Amino acid sequence: MSELAPLLEVADLRVRLRTPRGPAEVVNGLSYTVGRGETVAVVGESGSGKSVSVLALLGLLPARVAAVTGAARLDGEDLLTMPPERLREVRGPGVGMVFQDPMTSLNPVLTIGRQLVEGIRAHGEVSKAEARDRAAGLLAEVGLPDPRRALDRYPHELSGGMRQRVVIAIALSNNPSLLIADEATTALDVTVQAQILDLVAGLQSEHGTGVIWITHDLGVVAGIADRVLVMYGGRCVEDGSVDDVLERPAHPYTRGLLGALPDLASSDDGELATVPGTPPAPTDLPAGCVFWPRCPVRSDPRCETEQPPLAVVGASTGGLPHRAATWCSEGSSR
Amino acid sequence: MFGLVHLVPGDPIRLALGTRFDQETYDALRARAGLDQPLVEQFFGWAGRALRGDLGVSFRTGETVTSLISERLPATLTLAVASILVALLIAVPLGTLSALRPRSVVDRVATVLSQIGISVPEFWMAIVLILVFAGTLGWLPSGGYVPLTEDPAGWAQRLLMPAVVTGVVSGSVITRFVRSSVLEALGADHVRTAQAKGLPARQVFTWHVLRNALLPLVTVTGVQLAYLLSGVVVVEIVFSWPGLGQLALQAVQSRDYPVLQGAILLFAVVFLLINLVVDLLYTAIDPRIRR
Repeated sequence: MSELAPLLEVADLRVRLRTPRGPAEVVNGLSYTVGRGETVAVVGESGSGKSVSVLALLGLLPARVAAVTGAARLDGEDLLTMPPERLREVRGPGVGMVFQDPMTSLNPVLTIGRQLVEGIRAHGEVSKAEARDRAAGLLAEVGLPDPRRALDRYPHELSGGMRQRVVIAIALSNNPSLLIADEATTALDVTVQAQILDLVAGLQSEHGTGVIWITHDLGVVAGIADRVLVMYGGRCVEDGSVDDVLERPAHPYTRGLLGALPDLASSDDGELATVPGTPPAPTDLPAGCVFWPRCPVRSDPRCETEQPPLAVVGASTGGLPHRAATWCSEGSSR
Repeated sequence: MFGLVHLVPGDPIRLALGTRFDQETYDALRARAGLDQPLVEQFFGWAGRALRGDLGVSFRTGETVTSLISERLPATLTLAVASILVALLIAVPLGTLSALRPRSVVDRVATVLSQIGISVPEFWMAIVLILVFAGTLGWLPSGGYVPLTEDPAGWAQRLLMPAVVTGVVSGSVITRFVRSSVLEALGADHVRTAQAKGLPARQVFTWHVLRNALLPLVTVTGVQLAYLLSGVVVVEIVFSWPGLGQLALQAVQSRDYPVLQGAILLFAVVFLLINLVVDLLYTAIDPRIRR
């Protein structure tokens, strides 16, 4: 987080998917950095392009339907243009990834042990026995009871929470310098979630792992993130330090998201506030501000016709600029 | 099944005796074959003997049905196994290639080929092959069968064409299944996990795609094998292949009830056995089915 070059530098990332209804601009010029040991939380509704933007980094989108442009430099090396064999080497030790759905992310016909061991052995000369030892150690680390026996079990013999811990163990198995967690704890109950968050925090302080944490859960964001990136319609609509974004949200959408948090102390009769409407279809994005059709403010004539740039708003804390892409940030406070 | 066999019009004794016979001989032969008894009694008599391994005696040749069947069994087994190998050799690579590049040229060509393979009549394909390879080119004998133990080269030469004909047909069916099951396996989330681990592409494909596409493949292969083992009549006749299909056909033509019943019983048993083996393979392949 010092003056060193960032661990990951994403510049103008764009993903266009071919769909039966025409090209879909799923990610539109996303730029951000992740420093060593830093946690960046990416928040936004379903369909805002969060998952696609990180899958694109690792080349995990099917090439037939996805066109990815821009740059994503990990330690100075562009992930998007590197040869396939180099990308294979980076997957695992460079970037570990935890996927969303624990019920389907593991191969149902192979044992847990095998799925861990093959990942370990794909990156370096490790004997089977040694890899098994490491695998058992990892399972213990993610809090799986009786890790030795778990190695010989199949995914269907484990609960969803346990499976998700296995997926996390796989992602951690090569001590990645960057960990990407896509809704990694959404399927877990809060106590397990807390365990996993602790585990990742420990890893970060130990190895300086950078983390991209994709989530809906603003509670988790407040707990672990150094920086927040709010995505909407495939764009970053606001980013900044966690305090800036959560305390002084500048974009109407961010304010809407924060307003939608249930508040136990509030006096209104338990009616949940929502952001009315649905996100725009990526095949048919509005010409101006992507949030314009749902925006409760719309105070500027440019909203409908001109795309607002990501510009610095207000004072920044901790050396991180607080930016938002809106024409309507002036005088914003909650 | 027993009833069905006896419902076929025609009298086996009359067929055996020809056009000129006297009533006494006819009655005597009928009695010896047990055909003068009520059908129900005939059935239980037959079933009881069949349980003890006695399938009766052929009306036509006087040989025991078991010896007739066991004479034909090696030829049928040989052809069935060879055909299924040909089928898998065609289907697995072709289906996999199609699935890896859906809607590509390879996929379209494979689709058309397998469609042709399914729809072209076997006898036509057989005759074309005979005309080309036995006739024009003279590379292969046009038919017949010699046991492997007597003449390995001749055995292989004679096996090749019938195995290719039946193999192409089965292979065309299996190709479609391989394509769809590989396609489904490719789209599974766990394949992405495997890629994200940094596994080499071949390892991802073998262990996370093909391995998972195996279950439907085993099922359809079992069905095809059962079909091949119950005799491929047309191909056997065109290539004068002395298999069970021919035997069954002759039995139908001469109303040789014991042989026909024996053959049908064998087909039923084969079908059950193959289904059993397929089920056992399931448990080996998919841990979710194990208890």
